[in-house]
Amino acid sequence: MKDTDIKRLLYTHLSCIFSVILSIFIPSFFLENFSILETHLTWLCICSVFVTTVNLVLYLVVKPNASSKRSSLSYKVTRLLKCCIYFLMSCFFFHVIFVLYGAPLIELVLETFLFAVILSTFTTVPCLCLLGPNIKAWLRVFSRNGLTSIWENSLQITTISSFVGTWLGAFPIPLDWERPWQVWPISCTLGATFGYVAGLVISPFWIYCNRKQLTYKNN
Amino acid sequence: MQKISVLLFLVWVCFLFYAGIALFTSGFLLTRLELTNRSSCQEPPGPGSLPWGSRGEPGACWMPSRFSRVVLVLIDALRFDFVQPQHSYVPGEPSVPLPFRGKLGSLRRILEIQPHHARLYQSKADPPTTTMQRLKALTTGSLPTFIDAGSNFASYAIVEDNLIKQFTSAGCDPSHVPTGRRVVFMGDDTWKDLFPGAFSQAFFFPSFNVRDLHTVDNGILEHLYPTMDNGEWDVLIAHFLGVDHCGHKHGPHHPEMAKKLSQMDQVIQGVMERLENDTLLVVIGDHGMTKNGDHGGDSELEISTALFLYSPTALFPRAPPEVRPEEPEVVPQISLVPTLALLLGLPIPFGNIGEVIAELFSEVEDSQPHSSALAQASALHLNAQQVSRFLHTYSAAAQDLQVKELHRLHNLFSKASADYQRLLQSPQGAKAALQTVITELQQFLRGVRTMCIESWARFSLVRMAGGAALLAAACFLCLLVSQWATSPGFYLHLLLVPVAWCLAGVAVCAGLLAYAGLKLDPVVLGAMAAVGSLLPFLWKAWAGWGSKRPLAALLPNPGPVLLLLLIRFAALFSDSFVVAEARATCFLLGSFILLLVAQLHWEGKLLPPKLFTTPRLGFSAPTSPPRHSGMHALGLGVGLLLCIRLAGLFHRCPEETPACHSSPWLSPLASLVGGRVKNLWYGACVGALVALLAVVRLWLRRYANLKSPEPSVLFVRWGLPLMVLGTAAYWALASGVDEAPPRLRALVAGASVVLPRAVAGLAASGLMLLLWRPVTVLAKATIGAPRTRTVLTPFSGPPTSQADLDYVVPQIYRHMQEEFRGRLERTKSQGSLTVAAYQLGSVYSAAMVMALTLLAFPLLLLHAERISLVFLLLFLQSFLLLHLLAVGMPITTSGPFTVPWQSVSAWALMATQTFYSTGHQPVFPAIHWHAAFVGFPEGHGSSTWLPALLVGANTFASHLLFAVGCPLLLLWPFLCESQGSRKRRQPPGNESEARVRPEEEEEPLMEMRLRDAPHHFNVALLQLGLKYLFVLGIQILACALAASILRRHLMVWKVFAPKFIFEAMGFIVSSVGLFLGLALVMRVDGAVSSWFRQLVLAQQR
Repeated sequence: MKDTDIKRLLYTHLSCIFSVILSIFIPSFFLENFSILETHLTWLCICSVFVTTVNLVLYLVVKPNASSKRSSLSYKVTRLLKCCIYFLMSCFFFHVIFVLYGAPLIELVLETFLFAVILSTFTTVPCLCLLGPNIKAWLRVFSRNGLTSIWENSLQITTISSFVGTWLGAFPIPLDWERPWQVWPISCTLGATFGYVAGLVISPFWIYCNRKQLTYKNN
Repeated sequence: MQKISVLLFLVWVCFLFYAGIALFTSGFLLTRLELTNRSSCQEPPGPGSLPWGSRGEPGACWMPSRFSRVVLVLIDALRFDFVQPQHSYVPGEPSVPLPFRGKLGSLRRILEIQPHHARLYQSKADPPTTTMQRLKALTTGSLPTFIDAGSNFASYAIVEDNLIKQFTSAGCDPSHVPTGRRVVFMGDDTWKDLFPGAFSQAFFFPSFNVRDLHTVDNGILEHLYPTMDNGEWDVLIAHFLGVDHCGHKHGPHHPEMAKKLSQMDQVIQGVMERLENDTLLVVIGDHGMTKNGDHGGDSELEISTALFLYSPTALFPRAPPEVRPEEPEVVPQISLVPTLALLLGLPIPFGNIGEVIAELFSEVEDSQPHSSALAQASALHLNAQQVSRFLHTYSAAAQDLQVKELHRLHNLFSKASADYQRLLQSPQGAKAALQTVITELQQFLRGVRTMCIESWARFSLVRMAGGAALLAAACFLCLLVSQWATSPGFYLHLLLVPVAWCLAGVAVCAGLLAYAGLKLDPVVLGAMAAVGSLLPFLWKAWAGWGSKRPLAALLPNPGPVLLLLLIRFAALFSDSFVVAEARATCFLLGSFILLLVAQLHWEGKLLPPKLFTTPRLGFSAPTSPPRHSGMHALGLGVGLLLCIRLAGLFHRCPEETPACHSSPWLSPLASLVGGRVKNLWYGACVGALVALLAVVRLWLRRYANLKSPEPSVLFVRWGLPLMVLGTAAYWALASGVDEAPPRLRALVAGASVVLPRAVAGLAASGLMLLLWRPVTVLAKATIGAPRTRTVLTPFSGPPTSQADLDYVVPQIYRHMQEEFRGRLERTKSQGSLTVAAYQLGSVYSAAMVMALTLLAFPLLLLHAERISLVFLLLFLQSFLLLHLLAVGMPITTSGPFTVPWQSVSAWALMATQTFYSTGHQPVFPAIHWHAAFVGFPEGHGSSTWLPALLVGANTFASHLLFAVGCPLLLLWPFLCESQGSRKRRQPPGNESEARVRPEEEEEPLMEMRLRDAPHHFNVALLQLGLKYLFVLGIQILACALAASILRRHLMVWKVFAPKFIFEAMGFIVSSVGLFLGLALVMRVDGAVSSWFRQLVLAQQR
């Protein structure tokens, strides 16, 4: 049972990675002069849309957690609205955090905000898909001994690796190499993307290797 | 005894670090004294008539001028083999076409066609081969070191006598040339800093961006030929940077270099075509480059440069000796200075130690026999006289030249001079005599140069390595002892052994040296003492530590702290990160704080457990209830981030990043124009002051007893507002000094002298009071109802006032129970005495906070007014950080107490962050020199230590404050204990219940827990000190290693060396501050003990 779960996890992750790759190549067929570095903001939007879509589709197809008992339309709509609000809030929250970390306050607002959007896409959207708009559950997942399934475990790993990637992405900014990708926030968004992808790759294998030690509260 | 041994041990560790720093510095930072004397025409360099002085030729100075104009084409990094032809004569070597060879064909052609007009030399530059140092050398004729101890640190302007000064100063013959020569400059903007305002016309282009090959060169080319043609110049200097930048960007083996050199060839060609007969052309490279295109060091490729001279009139009587045309004569680079000076009829710059190129002073037509040789000898003699005069002056002012060698050279010069005079009297002397004189003079000049190079221009690698090793060993010692101290088999008195060894070693060494009559460097002596005491101690400690335990256990833990320290260590090796350290520190500190919060959450301490309990899961609550309510720690973290970000607004840009704009808030208020804006800012600054005062008073009110009759408390209540008042008044005067009505000028001037001194004096007297009576405890003895269990109870009987209940948490020192158990029996029978002591639990930290506040006010006064906002933020953020750190820390009830690594590293990081946010940068031009004039508006006269102290206090204020405040890291968790227990104890509206059962309730002992275990307390203080020293020590070690490994780096003199100096100074200030802070805690401890003793006596009576 666990092995099949891990396999499903792997496939979903592969499709997420695929969506990131697609967001790099597909737009160049439709848009002229598209490149990640030069038209960075466009890419950010496209990547964010792609990843969100794939996440939603996967959530609807795979249904990792048991569907909630109530399934009235109004409940679903409020839930969806709540999710949107949460997403927006997380974008603003990340924006504030970036500014506190030293991002320019007034200049490059759009860049910073889109960076917050992409980071939310990598972290908040999977949380929303898996856990729903339920802060308590989020806090539970990101604490010691709070995991209940391999899905949550992989969520933890990908989210943390996205954050770490973003953090590491800030390091090349002061260097005097004068490369185009050292401009704010390109190195950070790239770092976040690499971190996300790395998390997607690592988590199935990590879970597979540690499947003996992993015990979850509910099974 | 224990306390003394702790302090002595810390002194010894600091001494180890100092010895390491001193040893490294003596090998790395070569110093030289800058003399401001100047040569002038009217004053010949030595006795004896000037050879041509009597003839009264126009323009003649020490010698008649041969050229009235000169064009100096300075091609940055023109290595000598760049002017060589393509084909190589070396037989074994395969002739690969090199892109940098054979491109300067016009030089070659001229050399072949007009051998009497042109000459090529291989000139040897002296290390450090960095452009600024080379420019100094090429104009002063001296050997610039990194620190030229001169009168002016604030700018790079050259204060020594130099060629440009001689060019521009009034002409030698006032009747003919009343004004100086017109010097036109174009090119590298380094010259702007070196010679501010010296040029009659100048075209500066930015030199910082080494990736830009063309801006400077194209800029020069735009102006070069028009300027030459219009003729409004006497000296034309063109400094091309393209070759150097090409080397940095691509290296010499790149096709781009060939293009750049071809361009230079065209330039030289064009200039030569435009030369007139009275003009000399000099083409020179300031330094070479390595195979990778870098420079700065002393390798052969870096120091060999080309020097090419050409004039349309014949310069030389004969063609160069055709021995091997590929290897022309080698001359030192600074030879150009005296040569140019004499050729142009100017005095040789005072500090020159170069030797004239004698060949250039031969007469072109030999009119008399030997007249060429005579002319050469006279030029050399002038040169030697000037050098001898310089040596005499220099050795009188500084002692860093070897006395024996000086003596030898002096004798040599006297002899050569006498020979020369004899020769002049009998001019028909033999040719051999002439040759002897020339040789002697040359020997003298070369001897001087060698001696100066020895003492001014050579790194001592042995000393650098030794210093770095000593620093590393000291860091290791800190680690070892800080871990070892917590282990059970540790005795404090063991620590005195190395100190004894050290003293004994020094005594023996000094005795031996005195006996042998040798004079030894104090630096070496100190280093030997340090090593001599360190080795036995390390050996012993290693044995005590036990080799079974792994070394990894020594490292700072947990992992994130180690990572943080590693990042800090590694970042010092990159010039970009050193330049961007201000932002990087904020970033790291922010990351660290968020990590702390996340860690708290991860361990379930952040939020109350009820949030977690989802019915389905049955999530197990953490065993110990959190001591703080839910969002407390999160709020602390966000507040900290906000403070750091706000403090980051007061940021001064390093000059290496041209795109960055310094904060306008760093300038003093007096520079503001608008009256309204000024008033608003002034209000904000005074508001910050008042807020700072209010914060401190609020804190003291909460944790210490402001009602205590102790003088120090009274001082805090009345003295601090006075200090605030004085500061505010001083700022008002200083910012509006120009607007004062003339009648009040004298009053204002007087007040701006008196006020800062008064504030400093108040602070000093407050500190004295604090040292004299550091215990801020209010003791009340009341006769209460007899108690069955204890003599000492808190709040026995009704509280004296409601205020007491509100903010005064009564503390009873439980220890006394045991101490007076014997007395208890008797007192019980007599009817009992109750002593209520207030605020015993925060007696240490209250003293610390008072001391910090008293220190902060004078320091604040030294800064610009608006920095007071940063000081407010500083206090706020350090309180927040202390709280945040205390949240995650369990209370150790009875020792051993430890301060975790994360506290110490965060504290040190915050000290660095505050250094930057108070508007400092680790470069010399960024020092706030105006601090020297606070309280001394007229300057200091001749004394230097007082302004140095003031400027140092301004620069290292954050280091000092944080180091003194270091013991708070140990004390704070105990302080936070009261909050937790109070909250638990007092459910709202249930005060009476709390009063009903005071005995059952365990009173929080807070800092008295530390007193309960004096041994552990002392060990904890020692450990804290060692950990802090370690964190600072690895930074200075990283700086030292970076400076020595990257000593060939382009940025070594601009970034790494200043960083090392600032870090070393900061370390010294921090270690002194740390010592003072620990000593203060121990003083309080002693005072508390004596207070108890008095209490016992009072009870006995």
